[in-house]
Amino acid sequence: MKRNSILFWTGAALFLAVIALMPYFVRNEYPFFAGYVILQFIALAVAWSILGGHAGYVNFGTSAFFGMGVYTAVFLFKAAGAPLAVQIAAAAAVGALMGFALGLLTLRMQGIFFSIATIALTIVIETSITNWRYVGGAAGIQLQRPPVTPPFEGYVQMLVFVQALLVVLAVAISRYIQNSWIGRGLQALRDDELAAECTGVPTLRLKVLACVISGALMSAAGAPAAMYLQYADPSSAFNLNYSVSALAMSLIGGTAHWLGPVVGAILLGSTQQLLTVTISSEVNVLVLGVMLVLFVVGAPEGLIGLLRKIRRQRKEGKG
Amino acid sequence: MFSFDLLLDAVVLGVLLGCFYAAVSLGLSIAFGLLDVPHVAHPAFLVMASYAVYVLNEFYGIDPLLAGLLITPFLFLFGLAAYRIYYETFEKRGGSDAGVRGIAFFFGIAFIIEVLIILQFGVDQRSVTASYIGKAWRIGDMRIPYRLIVAFAVAGALTILLALYLSKTFMGRAIRAVAQDQEALRLMGANPIRIKQWAFGIATAVLGISGALLIIVAPVDPVLDRAYIGRTFCVVVMAGLGSMTGTLVAAIILGVAESIVLTLFGASWAPAISFALLLGVLAVRPQGLFGRRS
Repeated sequence: MKRNSILFWTGAALFLAVIALMPYFVRNEYPFFAGYVILQFIALAVAWSILGGHAGYVNFGTSAFFGMGVYTAVFLFKAAGAPLAVQIAAAAAVGALMGFALGLLTLRMQGIFFSIATIALTIVIETSITNWRYVGGAAGIQLQRPPVTPPFEGYVQMLVFVQALLVVLAVAISRYIQNSWIGRGLQALRDDELAAECTGVPTLRLKVLACVISGALMSAAGAPAAMYLQYADPSSAFNLNYSVSALAMSLIGGTAHWLGPVVGAILLGSTQQLLTVTISSEVNVLVLGVMLVLFVVGAPEGLIGLLRKIRRQRKEGKG
Repeated sequence: MFSFDLLLDAVVLGVLLGCFYAAVSLGLSIAFGLLDVPHVAHPAFLVMASYAVYVLNEFYGIDPLLAGLLITPFLFLFGLAAYRIYYETFEKRGGSDAGVRGIAFFFGIAFIIEVLIILQFGVDQRSVTASYIGKAWRIGDMRIPYRLIVAFAVAGALTILLALYLSKTFMGRAIRAVAQDQEALRLMGANPIRIKQWAFGIATAVLGISGALLIIVAPVDPVLDRAYIGRTFCVVVMAGLGSMTGTLVAAIILGVAESIVLTLFGASWAPAISFALLLGVLAVRPQGLFGRRS
């Protein structure tokens, strides 16, 4: 346990150091653009799995949280010229509030009803933003990036580092939850909510907590996107593709371990980047859909589950 | 701006629109309402049926409603196969996360259908031609498009037919029985899975006519199913799961609500109506207005 933690934090520090030093070795801009998108998906997938994986509540509203993150940043930037850190912190707060509301919804809704309600939430929020002139309405809004702060050479490089920080934060939280009583409680309520409640698991408190954490992380991951694209419009900020991607990456990676969503997001995210560049963005959505269906049908435990199975079989072969 | 005439217009159009919404929700009312299948791909199947109608109309000149009837048997078989796959991979295996994966499965299917339509037909809107499309019936100052009247009549007939089928025929009663208590049916020597498969086939077959109406009422595009996730689920949940007449009433409520908001606040608020209604119903009265569950 102790040694695992040391390994994890060393790995995280190394990862951040590499990202921070990358601008000095890589002159080409493209890896940063692609890397940013992949990192963003890792954060979203990990955040999704906190509620969807541990607690078994399928959230189709990733795009609602993501979009709210984007628009919190847009609003603060336009209203007060707030710096990036403030934008992200505020987005996380908004996401946490939304998560709290969503958590209360789970009181009355489970299974498919919860999922449909999250889609509903997305559309209702998207429509409200579309009708809000101040942040650009349906046409969207252009944003001018402020000058970059010294240690970084370019704004995109800084955004990549910021997103990497968010990823480390999300993974650390997810890992903590998995190893603590929170994760065990969530798994108990996933298996049988009534039984968990009866044996003294504070199910509502846990569900609300999971929703708040998951929501805050999703919105935080969305906030830098406004400055990354220098543009925001409701139909792309609240695009359902974010919801499907987060869900697919988590399930394909496997939700039994915190590493699952990370692996899923890296694999699918890089495949998507390749496909978008080489073929077309439609094909990459198709690949996502097909992979999702294949995995839920053929490998319900995801890649992590497959690896475990192979390892077990090997052991049996030896013994 | 606001006048009584305008409101009356909105209500009349809303009722017609509502009947149309009922027609596109009937299949889901069976699949989700009676069979408890988390059929998020229902609107995607619907749009797919519309494109099939479009092809038959555009290239063979077949009337859209007739085209809808022609594809019905194929949809029935498609429904049988879809339920079989769903049953074998999720319901039969069970497990704590079968529900999660079932929803993800249908969501994935919906996405695949969307993209395949985009790859085949592009993202442009498609529409059909028929003698009753584009003309309107005038009563005084009011102008009612014939296509809505056609949708209204066909939707009404479809609802009555399905309600009769479920209450009068042997198979229909069996479907309602399987929805009430699957185990009891098994004890009496019937095979509940066969019945559910049949019911899912019917639910999908209905989409032939529903899809024809969808493309008659307005042009369709590949991602139209996203808007109809809200509308169809709103109608089915509001109706109380599995009630056909309830579906009709709930759909009319939705149609009138959308039509009034459209008149008063403009089209940009329209997408949120069904979802807001749905959220409200789920939060206040999850068993629906005509619910069979307490």
